[in-house]
Amino acid sequence: MTNATSDEVQTVVAARRLASTRTVFIGVGRPSTAAILSRIVNNPKLVLIYESGTIGAKPARVPLSIGDGELAETADAVVGVAEMFNYWICAGRVDVAFLGAAQLDRFANLNTTVIGDYEHPSVRLPGAGGAPEIAANCGEVVIVAQHTPRTLVERLDFLTTVGHGDGPGARARLGLRGKGPTAVITDLGVLEPGPDGAELMLTQVHEGVSVDRVREATGWPLAVADELRVTEPPSAHEVAALQALLAR
Amino acid sequence: MARIVSLSDAVAELVRDGDSVALEGFTHLIPFAAGHEVLRQGRRELELIRMTPDILYDQMIGMGAARRLVFSYGGNPGVGSLYRFRDALENGWPNTLEIEEHSHAGMANRYTAGASDLPCALLRGYAGTDLVAHTEVRFVACPFTGERLAAVAALRPDVAIVHAQEADREGNVQLWGIPGVQKEAVLAAKRSLVTVERSVERLEARPGSIVIPGWAIDLVAEAPGGSWPSYSQGLTRRDNDFYRSWAEISSDRDRFRAWMDEHVLAAAAAP
Repeated sequence: MTNATSDEVQTVVAARRLASTRTVFIGVGRPSTAAILSRIVNNPKLVLIYESGTIGAKPARVPLSIGDGELAETADAVVGVAEMFNYWICAGRVDVAFLGAAQLDRFANLNTTVIGDYEHPSVRLPGAGGAPEIAANCGEVVIVAQHTPRTLVERLDFLTTVGHGDGPGARARLGLRGKGPTAVITDLGVLEPGPDGAELMLTQVHEGVSVDRVREATGWPLAVADELRVTEPPSAHEVAALQALLAR
Repeated sequence: MARIVSLSDAVAELVRDGDSVALEGFTHLIPFAAGHEVLRQGRRELELIRMTPDILYDQMIGMGAARRLVFSYGGNPGVGSLYRFRDALENGWPNTLEIEEHSHAGMANRYTAGASDLPCALLRGYAGTDLVAHTEVRFVACPFTGERLAAVAALRPDVAIVHAQEADREGNVQLWGIPGVQKEAVLAAKRSLVTVERSVERLEARPGSIVIPGWAIDLVAEAPGGSWPSYSQGLTRRDNDFYRSWAEISSDRDRFRAWMDEHVLAAAAAP
């Protein structure tokens, strides 16, 4: 038993998800921390790919931006942005994409564009960045997000990035080649597409988290798997490695 | 052959009110010194083009130099909001800002089409997103396979400005580290300026570097330290503390203006 914080549990669970992955595309922030942790604790050969053009980066610290110098210095290859998207991402060469989101809905569609009306936003968010094509073309997508009703919403203010669109079959109709979101890892648990392959269902809770608490933190009536898993608590090794990484 | 001139002369010659201007650099080699010189020379009504309008465009937008912004990600990477960008879009301060936003893949392909002197580029993208209703993208059938593909229009900026590590006496430019879309931006633009950390007698080949021949560039200007608080791989380091502190400086209109007055407008251009 370790006394990991909910943030630490989330990051460790995300890192475990990459234990047998070959290549991962990484957004900035917690997805980046989790992927670097995976290289330390469970998958030293994991290839980290950042949209700045660094393929096979081996950062010793968590970079502030996706373009920090250490990423280029340690990469197997450094390519331009056009090549990154055309040859590597849109050509389907990357197995898993790790993304964050300001808002997501029950079909794991993402909003990173605006809160409120597009023409008169109450909060203007950064915008799409690479996410639409990353989520369309990578083998699968894992979303790392804070579990609050403001993040997991009934209805997106803007659909920036397609997850499972309007439901089963949507990705095929749109011609999106990757599998799309296969998991949303939050600080409370893990959501995965249910039997229809599209709508998110609670499949795992972190230790000590009740289903009611997860439901209260979710903006839509959340389906719950019959056989709900409980997260294996982070090991002392995982927590120590994460804390050491964040202290660098 | 690129002419080698001072930064202030270069900006005065190339950038005019109302121009579309692309100051590129994808987190690395961002041409801050040149952007600041554009502000000091009082250029207005610019259409600013940039994949990642980070602190530099936050500054240019907040100073009222832009009427339009073409972009794909307007954030302070790893830190959060760009407050001047947000203030312009949420409150119209200091002026309303028209926007055209894309995805990174779309913008990179628009530059590639511009550099290739093609009218458009094709990609697998945008499908199913709300971007389709709010930006310039069309869908076409591949003439060979029938696959439905997104088409985006070429970018042809009036001026492209990028920063690089070094240039030789002929104005041949070499840059290394994260290459972004600088080469595409220079080749897509009608006029181009490359600022460099240093002049060298001759370029020495470096692994993974990009060389842009001087005859494909209009002007080259020395601007040592000209990518701060971004960085020039191998020569300067990214000032992450400044990126963090920008949130505090920029979140208040008066504090922002005072900072710009002191650190940008009152500062002299590189000789």
